[in-house]
Amino acid sequence: MSDVIDGLVDREYAYGFHTDLDTDIAPKGLTEDVVRLISAKKQEPEWLLDWRLGAFRHFLTLDEPAWPNVTYPPIDYQDMHYWAAPKPKGPAPQSLDEVDPEVRAMFDKLGISLAEQERLSGVAVDAIVDSVSVATTFKERLAEAGVIFCSFSEAVREHPDLVRKYLGSVVGPRDNFFAALNSAVFSDGSFCFVPAGVTCPMELSTYFRMNAAETGQFERTLIVAEEGASVSYLEGCTAPMRDENQLHAAVVELVALDDAAIKYSTVQNWYPGDAEGKGGIYNFVTKRGRAGARAKISWTQVETGSAITWKYPSVILQGDGSVGEFYSVAVTANHQQADTGTKMIHIGRDTTSTIVSKGISAGRAQNTYRGLVKMLRSATGARNHTQCDSLLIGSECGAHTFPYVEVRNDTAEVEHEASTTRVNEDQLFYCRQRGLTEEDATSMIVNGFCREVFDELPMEFAVEAQALLRVSLEGSVG
Amino acid sequence: MLRIDGLTASVAGRRILDGLDLEAGAGEIHAIMGPNGAGKSTLSHVLTGREGYEVTGRVTLDGADLLALAPEERAAAGVFLAFQYPVEIPGVGNMYFLRTAVNAVRRARGLDELDAMGFLAEAKAHMARLDIDPAFLSRSVNAGFSGGEKKRNEILQMSMLEPRLAILDETDSGLDIDALRVVADGIERMRGPERTMLVITHYPRLLELVRPDRVHVLQGGRIARSGDHRLAHELEAEGYKPAVASA
Ligand SMILES: Nc1ncnc2c1ncn2[C@@H]1O[C@H](COP(=O)(O)OP(=O)(O)OP(=O)(O)O)[C@@H](O)[C@H]1O
Ligand SMILES: [Mg+2]
Repeated sequence: MSDVIDGLVDREYAYGFHTDLDTDIAPKGLTEDVVRLISAKKQEPEWLLDWRLGAFRHFLTLDEPAWPNVTYPPIDYQDMHYWAAPKPKGPAPQSLDEVDPEVRAMFDKLGISLAEQERLSGVAVDAIVDSVSVATTFKERLAEAGVIFCSFSEAVREHPDLVRKYLGSVVGPRDNFFAALNSAVFSDGSFCFVPAGVTCPMELSTYFRMNAAETGQFERTLIVAEEGASVSYLEGCTAPMRDENQLHAAVVELVALDDAAIKYSTVQNWYPGDAEGKGGIYNFVTKRGRAGARAKISWTQVETGSAITWKYPSVILQGDGSVGEFYSVAVTANHQQADTGTKMIHIGRDTTSTIVSKGISAGRAQNTYRGLVKMLRSATGARNHTQCDSLLIGSECGAHTFPYVEVRNDTAEVEHEASTTRVNEDQLFYCRQRGLTEEDATSMIVNGFCREVFDELPMEFAVEAQALLRVSLEGSVG
Repeated sequence: MLRIDGLTASVAGRRILDGLDLEAGAGEIHAIMGPNGAGKSTLSHVLTGREGYEVTGRVTLDGADLLALAPEERAAAGVFLAFQYPVEIPGVGNMYFLRTAVNAVRRARGLDELDAMGFLAEAKAHMARLDIDPAFLSRSVNAGFSGGEKKRNEILQMSMLEPRLAILDETDSGLDIDALRVVADGIERMRGPERTMLVITHYPRLLELVRPDRVHVLQGGRIARSGDHRLAHELEAEGYKPAVASA
């Protein structure tokens, strides 16, 4: 089999087109003036500017983290734009019909027809291009249920008290290098608020699209589910193919108050770079949730894109009986590198967490799972189960597992299982004997390997994820 | 019809098949017996295109050169192997697997693909005959199946795929008395004018239930002896040694 798969992985990125949108762009560079400019562009209140400036000044004192198991040339933070927005062709759109046709066409091309979404799919979408939210669908229907779902900028304008109360409450502006950077220059993002006792009547979704060149994307998502509320949220991302690397440093904060449930699903398909490792997105993201008593926060991610992925969606299990889950598929092919995993911080009594991580490497890719399970002294009766499986396709790729465990309470239980396997020749032959091509067989075996994670995805996303996996590994065999 | 001429197969520098000849007509069932390690499974692998063997000789199915084809192309041409050790594929649903296989082969034959409903109805009918619990459809391919269940699953696949050449590698090994009957029944039902079957077995018992047209002994890398169904009983009485002597 080795001769079959040794060939360099060659995959095509279907979303790599670039749309000529008329773009309002800030000069390159990262200075206090740029932070002020962004805030002014968005007509933000004074407190938010101060918040940004505080983050920026702290950022200046920090060094870029060097501990992730990834390598890349130094990033010049002065050599990129921190603000880019499709120029509005008139006043802000009041309905989808008024959204710039070019923007709409771009989303159509991505398979996300904003109008269709509104009519058919029953998924509310917030579409974000570069730095700015361009359209949010289904607003009225959500409003009837008391759910707020809008762009972050709009939330700052319309619901300043809510934003002020929760912004930075889970990921503080000084949390880490990239979170501080995001806090200083974040441009837009999505905001969602589900009031006490309400089950959000539909899936919510944010679709991120990086379009402008040499531009960083720094969006911020804040989801608040009050007592007993529940919501399921999907996030999808793509970017054009460009030779230079682009930085994506997002922050996602989830607040699940007592008895609330938040399910956050990601299908991340940022441009991974070409087969030689040129270009691609640096995806350095901080995602964290805080769970109140009996609340449940569930992260499900399918990561197939980006040149480099650095993210650890985490849960702070603060309330007694709270539940944290992390289901992850991370696919790396060609020269992609991923250092991803989760942190489960058990504070409350009888808190439980589940971690299922499936890492797949092909080509010369490096795939690292890094996870922390921490049981504080207060976490009596806490339990964690971790399962980390790695699948290798070919002989030049690598899988690494770094599980960190800290237990300060004798009654807490931590279980860890890990496995590393190669796509098995017997399985491949069995499938081929039944008429499947080698590529179909590989895709089927890999999908099977990911099954436990795909089962956690909402239906529409599960299908997309499988298709994506297939495309990601195209050319890995044969 | 299947025609094998001067087939050799070597693995790791060791010759396992050494000039094997065999002819099996359409509509016929041929049993292949022979001592452990004689190369019966190797023959099944070489006929189905498994990599890792150095192969010479000629194999045709209805005149078409099989050795030139990739495994999936042979499957499309109607070659089916019931594996001696069916493979587990965790996370892949049995039904999904089977439907994908059936449709891959149907596509290759220019037939319409079966939709989920049509497939399910057909699968259930076959499963009822093979005494397989429908719950097996929703389990992962062979994962956690007992030995006998795996073998029955192979027969199910064969029934659905309707091959032109079916090779059954010790499908009767490890079966309980009832399962043996079910499997024999499944094979017997597949007997037909358009189909050639090679049944590899160690036990005359199966050959009483499925009467073969010919029985061959594979030994010394070739067909050392051939006869009708009575040969199986002779072998049972005498063992394989005389077969070598007469070769
Ligand atoms: N990859 C391999 N490397 C080395 N030897 C091999 C390899 N594959 C098969 N062999 C050898 O080839 C010989 C034939 O094996 P094969 O599995 O075909 O026998 P068989 O007739 O099916 O036996 P059984 O009745 O036990 O199933 C055996 O001696 C086996 O050890
Ligand atoms: Mg054998």
